[in-house]
Amino acid sequence: MTLPPQLAELVDDFAAVTPKQRLELLLELSRELPELPERFADAAGTMEQVHECQSPLFLAVEVDDAERVHLFFSAPPESPTTRGFASIMHTGLDGEPATDVLAVPDDFYTALGLAQAVSPLRLRGMSAMLGRIKKQVRAATG
Amino acid sequence: MALQNDPDPKLAEYAHPERLVTTAWLAENLGADGLVVVESDEDVLLYETGHIPGSVKVDWHTELNDPTTRDYVDGARFAEICGERGITRDTTVVFYGDRNNWWATYALWVFSLFGHADVRMLDGGRAKWVAEGREMTTDAPKPEAVEYPVVERDDTAIRAFKDDVLTHLGKPLVDVRSPGEYSGELLHMPDYPQEGAVRGGHIPGAASVPWARAAAEDATFRSRAELAAIYEQEQGLSASDDVVAYCRIGERSSHTWFVLTHLLGFEHVRNYDGSWTEWGNAVRVPIVQGTERG
Repeated sequence: MTLPPQLAELVDDFAAVTPKQRLELLLELSRELPELPERFADAAGTMEQVHECQSPLFLAVEVDDAERVHLFFSAPPESPTTRGFASIMHTGLDGEPATDVLAVPDDFYTALGLAQAVSPLRLRGMSAMLGRIKKQVRAATG
Repeated sequence: MALQNDPDPKLAEYAHPERLVTTAWLAENLGADGLVVVESDEDVLLYETGHIPGSVKVDWHTELNDPTTRDYVDGARFAEICGERGITRDTTVVFYGDRNNWWATYALWVFSLFGHADVRMLDGGRAKWVAEGREMTTDAPKPEAVEYPVVERDDTAIRAFKDDVLTHLGKPLVDVRSPGEYSGELLHMPDYPQEGAVRGGHIPGAASVPWARAAAEDATFRSRAELAAIYEQEQGLSASDDVVAYCRIGERSSHTWFVLTHLLGFEHVRNYDGSWTEWGNAVRVPIVQGTERG
């Protein structure tokens, strides 16, 4: 599986620890999700909601002139798991070339080894996030 | 020894006021002997971001479910789960959680399968506690391990299996999922890898009453009169009815089970935890598609 370097590193980090530590890692990541820039203040109006997530999650995707992808997420603090997933996406994919983002396998998240601790329905939110990111990247680069 | 009941007048209206406590009661009783507060959330990490001081966490997915059989844990494992959290058979256990106490009622229902006597819900759950600015902490409690007896789960009174539902057809059923799931239109959502069903729709005769209708804006349960208006007047159910509630995997319907059983005083309500993921995939069971009950 070919992943952008930051994402590959994250997957390795998760794979190297116990299931319980994976949750701690996810919690740490959830705290690192960057604040939204002012221009996305009205999340519901300007961002796309990922309905598959069990908690409200909004995302916006921008592709710059160099065809690099920039990701923005809005998720409430009472949804740390969803924030953690968003943070994985942000850490792993923000600033990467559009072609590399489109090449990320849809099931990459299975390599994080979270299935024991996180239900399938929760994990589904992550694959849905990636799906929507790719769709927006395609629309912006197409 | 069980703690005294919360005498709050709103709770007194319900059929079983002893099953609920208010945030004010809990704040006053935190740390009392014989009380353990359990947080059970949809979000697996939420407890770690801050919880009611002294409360312990029970995760529905990894702790209440058996890892291999599609069933709940057995008596021995349940005894461990309770014992290591300082819960004895006599402990008053108050549950609270996120999302209108959805998962907290599920945990309470599973505790009830094991016949744990004194189980109570925090009315309004986590959201109300936080909204009132009450104390939260990230300190991990270190309860002293205690003995909890190995008791056999009793699945007969409040749990329904698929065969029970087949023989129940024609009697009251409550489908607590969203209207889209009820009619069957929601099956073409992408990627439902392990919890989906091959067909969409509902069990014949089931009334559509989405579970969250029982919750008010502040996540508390609606008043007795409001609940009666929904389930008794609107749906024509009555307290002596034999009722089965279901959803997709049995969690949302445990909320409705709690409402019907403890708040409205229905005597015979069972939660069908196999729910739509079982029924919608089972061979030769009837389903109805569309918005009509069938």
